[in-house]
Amino acid sequence: MTTKYDIPIGEVKVDAELDTSGLLCPLPVYKASIALGQLSPGQVLHLISTDPGSLEDIPALTRQLGDTLLGVEVLEDRQLFWIEKGDRP
Amino acid sequence: MTDTLERLQPQEVPAPTKPKRIALIASKGTLDQAYPPLILATTAASLGWEAGIFFTFYGLDILHQDRFEKLKVASLANPAGPIQLPNILGALPGATAAATAMMKKWMNAANMPSVPEFIEMTQGLGVRFFACSTTMGVMGVEEGDLIKGAEIAGAAAFLDYAAEADIQLFI
Repeated sequence: MTTKYDIPIGEVKVDAELDTSGLLCPLPVYKASIALGQLSPGQVLHLISTDPGSLEDIPALTRQLGDTLLGVEVLEDRQLFWIEKGDRP
Repeated sequence: MTDTLERLQPQEVPAPTKPKRIALIASKGTLDQAYPPLILATTAASLGWEAGIFFTFYGLDILHQDRFEKLKVASLANPAGPIQLPNILGALPGATAAATAMMKKWMNAANMPSVPEFIEMTQGLGVRFFACSTTMGVMGVEEGDLIKGAEIAGAAAFLDYAAEADIQLFI
């Protein structure tokens, strides 16, 4: 198991959860983008994905949208992401 | 001291940004080749980009209401196809249907949306669909044959759109 914490993830207040288990690209990115669109700036989405591509795709998504990837946790069978929506509509 | 200097540095003011744009050409009308432009457009729009697809020649079938659910996978001259057969057997009656059924089964098992479902997703994201007017004329396709929301356009209109794009791909 690899874990990367930019901040203590346990302390992050999560505003929405999205489980994309079993879905492949582009669906985790597509669904995450829609879920983030429903949040307000500063709110946090907790995303679960089993697509191994998500480990590169979700950082690309947050970079392109101007959101912040607060943390990533890589488990054996899935990856967990905490995304804070940036200052955008 | 360093902190103070840093604070005195002029703040970078982000320029008013134009959204990124991708312009795709979908030129093939087989089931396997319908997916890449739809996947890329879905992804681009999810990243907050503008995305447009120019459907030309056989690719126009992807926008055709009576055909987009019936796209097929070629079993002949497709050595990477879902059914591994000696190439000549790919010409047998039923081989194309079998290859198509196999691909649909794979897609279904992987929870991938169908082509019509992808079209609906991309339209919901504001992806623009350009239907090649020359193809329509050559192949006798009427506006009413196409899915709702398709814009009829010639090459100049598409190039005008693509000239402002950051990425242009021919598929």
